[in-house]
Amino acid sequence: MNGEKNDASINCREVLHRVYHFLDGELTPERRDQIARHLDRCSPCLEAFGFENEIRRLVADRCRDQVPDELRTRIAAVIDHEHKQSSKAGGIAEGAER
Amino acid sequence: MADQATFAEDTTDFMASLYTAALRMTRNPSDAQDLVQETYLKAYRGYGGFEVGTNLKAWLYRILTNTFINSYRSRKRHPEETELDDVEELYLFRRMGGRDGAIGRSAEDEALDWITDDEVKSALESLPENFRMAVLLADVEGFSYKEIADITDVPIGTVMSRLHRGRRALEKALHDFGVARGLVAAH
Repeated sequence: MNGEKNDASINCREVLHRVYHFLDGELTPERRDQIARHLDRCSPCLEAFGFENEIRRLVADRCRDQVPDELRTRIAAVIDHEHKQSSKAGGIAEGAER
Repeated sequence: MADQATFAEDTTDFMASLYTAALRMTRNPSDAQDLVQETYLKAYRGYGGFEVGTNLKAWLYRILTNTFINSYRSRKRHPEETELDDVEELYLFRRMGGRDGAIGRSAEDEALDWITDDEVKSALESLPENFRMAVLLADVEGFSYKEIADITDVPIGTVMSRLHRGRRALEKALHDFGVARGLVAAH
């Protein structure tokens, strides 16, 4: 890999091994900078990071479902019923089962 | 302390993502509706205990997850669902010609255009439950490792392991769809 010698502090294998931590924003600032510097100089690693990021975006975008109207109605009814029940009982259903 | 009077208004924006998560967890629209309904009822009852200003979405997800584990998983659990084969890093990238320049010719967003919504959903639903939840919470809902640890009640190290392995298995599942449709080479 042509990035192997670009940054003496970290090699491609180590960079690729941290792709998820990097994309998730779950690295220390020092480690993050170190990887960012490597990516600036190593296009194969940058390409791999871009690809992984694209998969995450794909999963986020393509996994959406519409709430059926029936469900909205059901939930509103259940909460309304619960509200009336607790009002009738003369108190708020605080600390109820979770 | 949160006020029950504002519950419906406060929580309505989260219903779509909770329902989406419930669908992926239960893999069944009828169960998903029941799960979300039960989650809202429990959340309403316990809303007095929610501290205003803290993360309401994470709080709702914790209730959803607990409800799922207690009410649905126990009766529908598939024993074989606890293990997951290890998949190598960058599984899909390597098989789509990454690092040899094949992907470099087209933008990354085009490289994955062949994948349909249904395939993404199926691939996610094919993951064993613990891995599916981690990927769902991180990649679909954008929760941090710490938040996922709190929601699913496991240590952060376990979250990372499940998430990273789950993502790699998801890539393999997507690759399998591509191969089945003759769009991606089977190497």
